[in-house]
Amino acid sequence: MTELTCIVCPRSCKLHITADGDTFSVAGNGCKRGVIFARNEMTDPKRTISSTVATVFPEAPVLPVRVSDEIPKGRIFDVMRKINGTVVKTRIGRGDIVIENVLSLGVDVIATSNILKEETGEQHA
Amino acid sequence: MNKATYDVIVIGGGPAGLAAAISAHDNGASVLLIEREARLGGILKQCIHDGFGLLRFGEKLSGPEYAERYIDAFRERKIAAVTLTFVTKIEKDAVGFTVHAVNRNGVTQYRANALVLATGCRERTAKQVFIHGTRPSGVFTAGTAQHFTNLLGQMPTKRCVILGSGDIGLIMARRLTLEGAEVLGVYEAKPTPSGLTRNLHQCLYDYNIPLHLSHTVTRVFGVDRLEGVEISQVDEHMTPIAGTAERVDCDALILSVGLIPENELAQSLFVELDPKTKGPVCDGQCMTSIDGVFSCGNALHVNDLVDYVSENAAVAGAAAAAYTPKQRRWIPVNISENFLYMVPQQLNLARSNKKTAVYFRSRGDYNNSRLSLTVDGKEVFSKHCPFLRPPEMEKLELDFDAMGLCETSDIRFTLELQAEKE
Repeated sequence: MTELTCIVCPRSCKLHITADGDTFSVAGNGCKRGVIFARNEMTDPKRTISSTVATVFPEAPVLPVRVSDEIPKGRIFDVMRKINGTVVKTRIGRGDIVIENVLSLGVDVIATSNILKEETGEQHA
Repeated sequence: MNKATYDVIVIGGGPAGLAAAISAHDNGASVLLIEREARLGGILKQCIHDGFGLLRFGEKLSGPEYAERYIDAFRERKIAAVTLTFVTKIEKDAVGFTVHAVNRNGVTQYRANALVLATGCRERTAKQVFIHGTRPSGVFTAGTAQHFTNLLGQMPTKRCVILGSGDIGLIMARRLTLEGAEVLGVYEAKPTPSGLTRNLHQCLYDYNIPLHLSHTVTRVFGVDRLEGVEISQVDEHMTPIAGTAERVDCDALILSVGLIPENELAQSLFVELDPKTKGPVCDGQCMTSIDGVFSCGNALHVNDLVDYVSENAAVAGAAAAAYTPKQRRWIPVNISENFLYMVPQQLNLARSNKKTAVYFRSRGDYNNSRLSLTVDGKEVFSKHCPFLRPPEMEKLELDFDAMGLCETSDIRFTLELQAEKE
């Protein structure tokens, strides 16, 4: 039996996983997402990553990004190398693609902020 | 001088201030939000990791995405806001408040009927943890390291030690590792970790970063730049054990040793603070001990999820919009010693408490405890809590109006511990 802590939500359920041939039975999960997490974790663990990419704009030298979906845990540092080799030269916004289909993983690296589109300061009262 | 007058002034433009301003506006108030930084969004601007919004939106958003959803909603409503504006003084009189502020245009005053203090919290600093030795550069709070890395794009370290296992420290351990720094270990003086369990797994164990419990930093070395730290084991009273000191070479020490609600403005108004939360004592509508002054978010008590901050701030905003000076009928909410704290600390019988959110933390790690609420000794509510940990805040929603409360009612929450496991 394998014990895992579910990281899907802050509840951090303690999962007890028993392998039975090709299938797994899961106990201790508070919801069905725990079962999916446990199966993935036993076969092909995946994670999301967030980072920043450099920009050419001095008022916002970096733009926050994340992967649009989970990537294999073993490819995290490969994706980080791609992210760190990228420089954003246009004023893209939240949700826009920074790297399409990164390393052919079927996942995009997307911008998570409108900081490059923002005018400075709020309209005054 | 003609002062601009608003029903509600919200101080602070982070997640709490934004949600409070939106809620006050939606409840018919004229609102002004005052923010000292150039951009709205507060600390979420630099929290680029995901996991925000699971409760509020059912999605795993990054900090900027979560904040910008509220900023968009705030701007759609054309709510007045001033940024790069610092509140220097607040005066209360018979008919409201005068807020004194300073910005690039000089000194300004605004008038308000009610105030929402959404001033957030601050990190505990090196000075507050009493580390011996020199004062070289390279000692950062986790939030400062996060600011350098995620907003300025500057790496603050190549090889570091993290003191304290708070969530921001765990998040930064992963972030710095992803950017190529070597995180030698996370050291926690307490025998249990301070951060959320999932963060221990996805930030430390995933990257083979060791967590050393019952260890602390007892000295720093280096003249201009940090060259190393001395690590010692501590006993159950968190006192360093002689003979256990070990030197670890590193160029940065990152502190994640706790957050404290920021309440200088509240204190200047003589708002009563709760020594347990270090935030204002408040009622179910987030009103403090001073009429017309409301508090929410991390200024009220340090939350672990922004989703709860938004929810709580919306209550404060709505209550501030509806505020009229009416008699306060507060009765205390009593708690047993197994609670670390509970918010609200008071109930105002002059207001409806039909759907009152109650937030609490347990004092220790408790398995299978039983929470009960009694009014004058009679049990009116109970709940089985399978697993309580102090870092993980719990929430209840209760209908106090159905409990027939009066000024002399004794409201008491009790946490009974069953046989403790392990």
